[in-house]
Amino acid sequence: MSPQDLSAPATEALSAFQAAGSWEQRARLLMQWGARLEPLSDAQLCEENRVHGCESQVWLVAQQHGDSWQFNASSDARLLRGLLSVLLVRVNGLSAGELAQLDLIDWFNQLGLSRQLSPSRSNGLNAVLQRMQQLAVSSA
Amino acid sequence: MSLHSPWRADFPGILALETEHQTYLDSAATAQKPQSVIDAITGYYLHGAANVHRAQHVPGERTTRAFEGTREKVSQWLNAQDPAQIIFTHGATEAFNLLAYGLADVFQAGDEIVISAAEHHANLLPWQQLALRKQLTLRVLPLADDGQIDLQQAAEIIGPRTRLLAVTQLSNVLGGWQPLARLLELGKTHGAITVVDGAQGVVHGRHDVQQLGCDFYVFSSHKLYGPDGVGVISGEAQALQQLRHWQFGGEMVRSATFESAEFNPAPLGFEAGTPPISSVIGLGAALDYLSGQNPTAIAAHEAALHKALLAGLIQYPQVKILGQPEVALVSFVVDGVHNADLAHLLTEQGIAVRVGHHCAMPLLKSLGQTGAIRVSLGLYNNGNDLLRFFNAFDQALELLQ
Repeated sequence: MSPQDLSAPATEALSAFQAAGSWEQRARLLMQWGARLEPLSDAQLCEENRVHGCESQVWLVAQQHGDSWQFNASSDARLLRGLLSVLLVRVNGLSAGELAQLDLIDWFNQLGLSRQLSPSRSNGLNAVLQRMQQLAVSSA
Repeated sequence: MSLHSPWRADFPGILALETEHQTYLDSAATAQKPQSVIDAITGYYLHGAANVHRAQHVPGERTTRAFEGTREKVSQWLNAQDPAQIIFTHGATEAFNLLAYGLADVFQAGDEIVISAAEHHANLLPWQQLALRKQLTLRVLPLADDGQIDLQQAAEIIGPRTRLLAVTQLSNVLGGWQPLARLLELGKTHGAITVVDGAQGVVHGRHDVQQLGCDFYVFSSHKLYGPDGVGVISGEAQALQQLRHWQFGGEMVRSATFESAEFNPAPLGFEAGTPPISSVIGLGAALDYLSGQNPTAIAAHEAALHKALLAGLIQYPQVKILGQPEVALVSFVVDGVHNADLAHLLTEQGIAVRVGHHCAMPLLKSLGQTGAIRVSLGLYNNGNDLLRFFNAFDQALELLQ
């Protein structure tokens, strides 16, 4: 799969968020998508998986299956769980090379969520993206 | 809520933000500036910039006069004895660092520095690090349930080993006045150097440093409707004598050879390098502006706004207010709602409030919180701002609950 081809859940996220016309709809969608995140086990909610640089607590678990990456993530904040969820549908299954090439800022732009990436935000999304890119680069 | 602010029209920033549908309720972080401050900064550049204290030429003389004019205005504002007791720094944080370095030689291993549990990192970390460098003990005055420094415990902690006492006048999280008079008296009794963090307090009401009786009073311009990049230390004459020079270069030097140098006394000896000239001039304009207003009317307006904010928040049974805020700000958390979620949804609705630890992590931790939402007020806020906040708050809670 090349980064240009969207997975089925990514296509679903894109059409849902592009159809959202108001901040309330976007917020409701984020909470719905956040509820879809697979919960992490107690063992996975450990310090090693914590992503720092956030007001909220965020955990990111990365696994490499053959050539492709599989991420799981969680947070104690609901809207951030939604942001993590729409991030994961875009990145899961990509190879390290594809991940390194992927423009995630553009992805959030397309979803109408780019403001969540502004540098003054300390919501953790930026820190998660950085961690992902580091993982991708170090294994590419 | 028809709380009209007659000062609002003087602040183009608050009007511009309103046009952009942004409700600014974060003045405790930094305040909007009146037109006269913006004019003073622009005027300085438009009429020709020059450095201060260095040149005999006309632009240099004019700039130095304006710069020193602000020193006099600050001195009057705080009722200091002499403008020479006013030191400009690049911010309140730098001011505390100046004191922590400049006073370092006063301490001997085993001496105690006393701060309170309500301190902003700026009035905590410089002392903490000084204590580590010099093997001093940092002691922390605990707060009572209302957020005030517990005076009974303070009387036990502040003692003959206390070499320095550094406390906030008004916490940036709790919004309550600390019992400064009693605390400073305790410090003085034991011969401690006393430092007051006036960063929030200076914005609300006039404070007389001679009446307070502290050795050093610190504040920053940008919260007092002035430009950023300027902090102020008002020092008592004897206390200033104890300060050692800490940054070197520029006009703080009286004479220099390759081997040694002599330095100017306060204030110039503590203003190394080119100071933030335009901002200092802007601070002068801010004080002119404030001096031209009716202080009773400002205090009454701020009190009415604060009362309305507090009364509105108390209506929500799930809202827990931190401390017992008296002025300027209210910090709170909502049961069952993550601060980050609430902040996200308030931001979506154009409400500019602060979420997080407010540069006071140990304080938040002692209150059993990792963060809080803070709504803070300036003299330009009005009833409509509060109305917009509460509407947005309702919408956010409805979505989250």
